Amino acid sequence: MTRFEYHKPHTIKEAIGLMESLENAKFIAGGTDVMVLIKRKKIAPAHLISLRNINDFSSIDIGDGLQIGGGVTHSDIVANEFIQKRYSALTDAAGKVGSRQIRNVATVSGNICNAAPSADTACPLLVLDADVKIAGPKGERQIPLDDFFLGAGRVDLGPGEVVTGFHLPPFGLNTGSAYIKHTRRQAMDLPMVGIAVRVTIRIGGSEIGCKDAFCTIDSISNILRRLEDEELRCEDVRIAMGVVAPRPVRTRKAEAALRGKVISEALFEEIAEIAAAEAQPRDSIRGEAWYRREMVKVLTKRAILISVDRVLRPDDMI
Amino acid sequence: MKEMKRYSLTLTVNNETHALVTPPNRTLLEVLRDDLQLTGTKEGCGEGACGYCTVLVDGQPVRSCLTLAVAMEGRKITTIEGLAQGGKLHPIQAAFVEHHAIQCGFCSPGMILTSYALLNNNPTPTEAEIRRAIAGNVCRCTGYAKIVKAVQSLAGEER
Ligand SMILES: Cc1cc2nc3c(=O)[nH]c(=O)nc-3n(C[C@H](O)[C@H](O)[C@H](O)COP(=O)(O)OP(=O)(O)OC[C@H]3O[C@@H](n4cnc5c(N)ncnc54)[C@H](O)[C@@H]3O)c2cc1C
Ligand code: FES
Ligand code: FES
Repeated sequence: MTRFEYHKPHTIKEAIGLMESLENAKFIAGGTDVMVLIKRKKIAPAHLISLRNINDFSSIDIGDGLQIGGGVTHSDIVANEFIQKRYSALTDAAGKVGSRQIRNVATVSGNICNAAPSADTACPLLVLDADVKIAGPKGERQIPLDDFFLGAGRVDLGPGEVVTGFHLPPFGLNTGSAYIKHTRRQAMDLPMVGIAVRVTIRIGGSEIGCKDAFCTIDSISNILRRLEDEELRCEDVRIAMGVVAPRPVRTRKAEAALRGKVISEALFEEIAEIAAAEAQPRDSIRGEAWYRREMVKVLTKRAILISVDRVLRPDDMI
Repeated sequence: MKEMKRYSLTLTVNNETHALVTPPNRTLLEVLRDDLQLTGTKEGCGEGACGYCTVLVDGQPVRSCLTLAVAMEGRKITTIEGLAQGGKLHPIQAAFVEHHAIQCGFCSPGMILTSYALLNNNPTPTEAEIRRAIAGNVCRCTGYAKIVKAVQSLAGEER
């Protein structure tokens, strides 16, 4: 293995100071990307600055939405019931990263900073309007995740800057979200397409939800049909796609076509077509472009349906 | 070439502490096998994909091939050598033997430690939960069915 020195700062300030003063240094969190890159001789840092020992770096705090610390692992996310209920798309994604052994050490920050087009937590965090919290030699700043991604493997981090976490706004009970990772095999595979959706539904005066036993077993399609007269409206929506462009992207045309409309499965079908037209997948070892575009269509509709389902039939109701 | 700085490190492995001096660019896997002669932990891919190098850190399974030894100061490491007590196999090891869940045996240390962590967190896993827990551990011999059966036998779930 390449030779490097190892540093264990205990505070963010110390970490930034080290990064500023050392040549050819790299941050390492869980190391599941960094170690593979070093072993494959893709990178040869002279210094590794570990973020594992930073105090109070792995907390998940509720209040004014959600604060995710810079050292939070995918396993931490999966174990958090509040995130599972209110920010479901993130749980969907974190639970599908690599394997148990990877999730136990790999961080959300690392996933985002590595900025692979296939990064599983990227699309969920995009649709959940996450801000990235950054600290550096010049102080702290907070920017939308959408602005943080610059391209494949490229993010908006200046010299010495470190991600200290993420802030997600609060969402009401009329918001649901989902992430679908499409892979060739069930475990240990990167997505060939990843789709995340968040919808907020305006539920007029009346209480919407399932009032009969059918609800627990019926398909969401049937339930939507039964609720047709209620004219449920999509108040707000985000749709993000992974692996169909050099960076995870939102499909703004599809979002605009759904926002403000009365929801129906037929409309979701149209929205999915728009998303597929906006996607720019390429042929790769994981799947050919035509197939991936087709799957964008299938999965966009499915992810919208799951998100709506999560509003109409929250887990604790069943 | 410039001499690399060496680091003193205290590793706690299977409840024993070891004082080591090592360059920082070594994985936990290398230190376990080469310095401590705990060769039960295996190297397959070396890149996090196969699960053969799985050990427990503070009770949770991780990949020792992607873990730097110097990052393990103050953590509790358990390897396959730490399961048997007083010359007697741990019940999980015995179940793997009994259910023929071991053929070549190369995946077994990682598979057993991953199952051990699962059962500690969730003493009555369903078959689906077992399959999901060991999804990051490749076995090229058994076809997994017997491994799942072995773990199920301890969950009191065998059908
Ligand atoms: C076998 C295997 C399977 C995998 N499967 C998946 C998968 O299914 N889906 C997926 O999306 N990814 C997968 N990955 C990739 C990887 O596990 C994830 O990207 C993971 O979240 C990276 O987190 P980490 O903490 O290990 O990052 P590290 O490797 O420690 O760091 C990654 C990058 O981020 C930088 N960095 C880390 N933390 C910060 C910070 N706080 N501030 C600034 N920069 C920082 C590092 O300098 C480095 O450039 C897999 C990897 C392996 C080895
Ligand atoms: S050797 Fe570590 S996962 Fe394969
Ligand atoms: S027993 Fe041979 S790889 Fe599992």
